[in-house]
Amino acid sequence: MTDQSTLFAGPDAIIDQIAAWRGEGRKVAVATVIRTWGSSPRPVGSQLAVDESGAMVGSVSGGCIEGAVVEQAIAAMNDRRPRRLEFGVSDAEAWHVGLACGGRVEVYVELVE
Amino acid sequence: MKAETLEALRQARAAKRPFLVVTELAGGAQAWGSRPAELTGDLTLTPVEIRAVERRQRDDASGVEAAGERELFVQVWAPPLRLVLVGAVHIAQSLAPMAAIAGYDVTVIDPRGSFATTERFPGVSLSSDWPDEALEALAPDTRTAIVTLTHDPKLDDPALDAALRSPAFYIGALGSRRTHAKRVERLRALGHGEEAIRRIHAPVGLDIGASTPAEIAISVMAEITAALRREPEASEVAA
Repeated sequence: MTDQSTLFAGPDAIIDQIAAWRGEGRKVAVATVIRTWGSSPRPVGSQLAVDESGAMVGSVSGGCIEGAVVEQAIAAMNDRRPRRLEFGVSDAEAWHVGLACGGRVEVYVELVE
Repeated sequence: MKAETLEALRQARAAKRPFLVVTELAGGAQAWGSRPAELTGDLTLTPVEIRAVERRQRDDASGVEAAGERELFVQVWAPPLRLVLVGAVHIAQSLAPMAAIAGYDVTVIDPRGSFATTERFPGVSLSSDWPDEALEALAPDTRTAIVTLTHDPKLDDPALDAALRSPAFYIGALGSRRTHAKRVERLRALGHGEEAIRRIHAPVGLDIGASTPAEIAISVMAEITAALRREPEASEVAA
């Protein structure tokens, strides 16, 4: 789970953080919501940036799938290949993190190189 | 995404210019820039794809485009939304934080020294210049909303005069119908025609029976949102 301040970071705060991480010599990957179906919590274009330690800023779901996306982001840093991920946000998971979602999202994960 | 793309994106954001990143989803090739027909990168768009990107930029709608045989993700970065409030009054104190939550960069203009203070408006850009000069410096664009709140023609009129000469997508003026009728006469005398006058939302805000300053702020924020999301023609009125 992310805390409120990173979860609701605006788009400019996210790209500034990517630049800051890269300035410190860290590997960074960025995940972007590219498609949504039904009542997904974050609109198309929403982004989550992840550094090599798993630190993150922004969000692609409001908490439901960030853990899985971070794993794939770190994998993308290692093999340097982008990936497309699709998630069905189940009601059970949604309840777990206190969200009234239940839609599906497709996320594109890429390395910042 | 390349470091070069990120840097170009950050520069565009700082300069309040639009920006686009187009990604070919199968291989990861990308094109980026401010204008769909003049993108750079290792991805070259077909004329059909360029038109699709133009449409998405106009509609401020990021998404997957499958105009040809390949799938492209178009990320649209519209310039930041801005709200300029003329009059550091009670309604502005409610409207400024509401607009900030809705994603607007807020500036409050009030040349009367004791009104526009950081104590009353924490975290908001303040200007104590005369409204027409302050607005000229801010250079309102099609992503800018302007609301006059002072009730004082000496401040509101020059602000509206400057607002009407800009392509701002929303112009609102606080005041009753009677006040507005008199204001319209003065604006006509300054050379503004019917089409310009019609751009002014007055009385300001949606009619929701708002009574307190916070409620009026809600009605104004709702009307600005409607102008942004439901009336694209309003943002296309040239200065």
